[in-house]
Amino acid sequence: MKDYEITIGLEVHAELKTNTKCFCSCKNEFGGEPNTHCCPICVGMPGALPVINKRAVELTIKAGLCMGCDINDIAVFERKNYFYPDLSKAYQISQLVRPICLHGGVKLDSGKFIRLNRIHLEEDAGKLVHKSETVGTLIDYNRGGVPLIEMVSEPDMASSDEALEFLAKLRENLIYADIAECKMQEGGMRCDVNVSIREKGQKEFGTKVEMKNINSFKAVERAINFEVERQKDILKSGGKVRQETRRWDDVAGESSSMRSKEDSKDYRYFPDPDILAIEIPRENVEKLRKELPLLPAERKEKYLGEYGLSQYDTNLLLSEKVYSDFFEACVKLYNKPKSVVNWIQSQVLTLIKDEDEKEIKISAKNLTEIIEMLEKKEISQQDSRTLFAKCWEENIDAKEYAKKTGMLSTLSEDELEKIMDEVLSENPKACEDFKSTPDKVMPFFIGQVMKKTKGKANSEVVRKYITEKLK
Amino acid sequence: MDLTKLGVIETAKLIREKKVSCEEVIKAYLKNIEEKKALNAVVEVFSDAILEAKKVDEKIKNNKPLKELEGVPMIIKDNILIKGKKVGCASKFMQNFVAPYDATVITKLKNAGVIFIGRANMDEFAMGSSTEKSCYGICHNALDFSRVPGGSSGGSACAVGANLACATLGSDTGGSIRQPASYNGVYGIKPTYGRVSRFGLIAFASSLDQIGPLTKNLEDSAKLLEIIAGDDEHDMTSSKEKVDKYSNFDVKKTYKFAICDEVEEKMKDMVTKPVYDNIMKKLQEKGCQFIHFSIKDFNLCLPIYYVLAPAEATSNLGRFDGVKYTVRSENAKDVNEIYLKSRSEGFGEEVKRRILLGSYVLSSGYFDAYYNKAKKLQMRLTKQLTDVFKSADAVLLPTTPNVAFKIGSKGDNPVDMYLEDIFTTLANITGVPAISIPCGKGEDDMPLGLQIMTDKFEEKKLYSVASYIDTLLKGENA
Repeated sequence: MKDYEITIGLEVHAELKTNTKCFCSCKNEFGGEPNTHCCPICVGMPGALPVINKRAVELTIKAGLCMGCDINDIAVFERKNYFYPDLSKAYQISQLVRPICLHGGVKLDSGKFIRLNRIHLEEDAGKLVHKSETVGTLIDYNRGGVPLIEMVSEPDMASSDEALEFLAKLRENLIYADIAECKMQEGGMRCDVNVSIREKGQKEFGTKVEMKNINSFKAVERAINFEVERQKDILKSGGKVRQETRRWDDVAGESSSMRSKEDSKDYRYFPDPDILAIEIPRENVEKLRKELPLLPAERKEKYLGEYGLSQYDTNLLLSEKVYSDFFEACVKLYNKPKSVVNWIQSQVLTLIKDEDEKEIKISAKNLTEIIEMLEKKEISQQDSRTLFAKCWEENIDAKEYAKKTGMLSTLSEDELEKIMDEVLSENPKACEDFKSTPDKVMPFFIGQVMKKTKGKANSEVVRKYITEKLK
Repeated sequence: MDLTKLGVIETAKLIREKKVSCEEVIKAYLKNIEEKKALNAVVEVFSDAILEAKKVDEKIKNNKPLKELEGVPMIIKDNILIKGKKVGCASKFMQNFVAPYDATVITKLKNAGVIFIGRANMDEFAMGSSTEKSCYGICHNALDFSRVPGGSSGGSACAVGANLACATLGSDTGGSIRQPASYNGVYGIKPTYGRVSRFGLIAFASSLDQIGPLTKNLEDSAKLLEIIAGDDEHDMTSSKEKVDKYSNFDVKKTYKFAICDEVEEKMKDMVTKPVYDNIMKKLQEKGCQFIHFSIKDFNLCLPIYYVLAPAEATSNLGRFDGVKYTVRSENAKDVNEIYLKSRSEGFGEEVKRRILLGSYVLSSGYFDAYYNKAKKLQMRLTKQLTDVFKSADAVLLPTTPNVAFKIGSKGDNPVDMYLEDIFTTLANITGVPAISIPCGKGEDDMPLGLQIMTDKFEEKKLYSVASYIDTLLKGENA
């Protein structure tokens, strides 16, 4: 039996997180009543002209910086001409010859580097809504003109696992740097996959097949595996793989041919005369670079190294940006990463890990104060939990609340120890009795300490101290 | 007094000085339009014109402050959007489209107090040089009913020549303002590319299109350009270059003019050559100097133009697809047929010809040979022309080879029609400003135009030079 090598390249689209669309000032927002986020520009009215959204260019540059790309000093927009009802102008403003970002790439956990060819900025199309037979098909242009980046990889992946990891890493970077939300279920991130196979040892690549319409990670995996098997079957039976574009049907779990190479469209690209070439000065790029937060790969290194967290804890924190951001905020206030991660894991995550919206309803300040009070033995374990629950419910000041309710002892440790020593030396009989019936005598000691401290002592602390002392 | 003979500035002054009411002015023009309906220059008269005039008169009665051109009536080419009015590019494909917003030039004119009284006829989608290719029918020359008014802004030029408005706006992609201005004996300027916002102008070739005024005199032209020019946040190709006071003609004693060898070569066979020779003689007598220079690629103007303009047009006209804005074919059964049949039925022959031409030059395999090559030559040509402005104030050349031709005389071969643009496309390809002013008479006493060009954004100098020549020629005619 012959052995095959798989070659995979991805073209990944992500909608940018801007307030407004790419070439007009309409809201960039998912959903909404059909055709309510529209203006003459994004519906392609005669006479309307595009004006580039500077923020969209900046976010594209940032995306490039996250993926280690070179940023072109001059970027040009081209028109990609084709007819389809969701494309209001019959051309899409895109980039061909001088995209904003070139090269770069992403390192997988295995150490393998997956190269990017480019990242360019373009506009999204509207959406066709298929109604009943009598109504026909309607067009919603709300999404038309939304800024989209296309990240094109080199054919460097050799399995669906690698493709998925590459995709996940792109997505993580975009989310961490606040460039895109990448909500796949809303079409905020979409993917075309190029797959070819060749016999092991063969020099030249096999014939490439492009698959479109892939809208989830699971579907990427299924589509690749389906395609690899399909091509293997063809080659094994002595056939030839046809260069074509196929549409993936996730429900049926199979792909079908859309068009062959011979029918491929001629997009008649040419520079958009309405948009002047964009100059990108070096200093702007450096300014944007400074705005970038720590990216997942950098955070991972820090958590494992500097903070000494376990692989498990690190992965857990990095699995969602909110977790990691919250963790970082906490560590900034209370520099004990391990204590913080334990609390996040045992308390915070139990409450939200199954929620869709991962909203952490306690402030970093409150959480770290609770941890600190507990670790200084100013509050009991029991009270720390109660306090946490209270802070989750409503936005109160944890320390204030602990003081008000008497959870928090305002005595210093030294003062308390002095008082406890006094109580012990004033009650030699009780000390004697404690050795035989500690459970009976302990409440007496606690009562005495409470009396002397006017109830400010922490009973847990007292119990522990006296037990130690009379052992 | 025949009010319709007056220009923009004079009319505004009369209204402001209460020598005439705005309503009288508008009514005089509407009457003239009605009487000269056969010219077919105006495709729609706006029903609210009188109402707008009454508002102005009310303002005057109440001594409210008046704007610079308060109450001045203008007609606008049928490819510039006025909110709430139909706009159709003289295409039956667009016959029901109502503009949802104002073009920037319209906003600026409204702010100056101008009243719009109608839409001007044109060649369909501004493609043509005779205004014979309009869904509203042929437009006639203001001075000779048997001749064309030129094109594509033929309606705009005829309307000025026949006194149907104080002034009009046209658009010029390859000569579409200057050639009809010349044919109707009026003034027409194509400003520097980027001088006037294109927002709200239905694009033909985006990198060449400019809006400009057509007027009865030079002062009006400068005043209107002053108002409509300037940077626009809605048009990335509009220039931030400061707008000078064009209407203050800063006329010098003498000027230095440049004549292009290749143009002279072309003029050898022109029957109108003596008219231009005479102008040069007059200028020399006034002490003006002439230098000769060469634009080696001059003969490539038309080929460059007929690659770039159709390439952009084919993309710009894609949005007219029968899905939106345009008329959908009743015979279309599916989405592909909506495109194919609507576009086949909707566009006229000349528009289709240029769409095909443009699609061809952009198609893969031909892109470098045509589009890229034309782009490179455009740069070379621009340098060849603009270098001369280091040693001369302005370039002089005819606007057209001859006077307005007879209707129907250039119907058979499209290239005959394309040759009409032989002297005008140079300014579009190189981006420089160019004005056509009436400069004499040719066959059958029909008017001829002289074209004056200066360097980019030198409109101030352009008007000064134009005023110098205009005064000289008027003195001669007087």
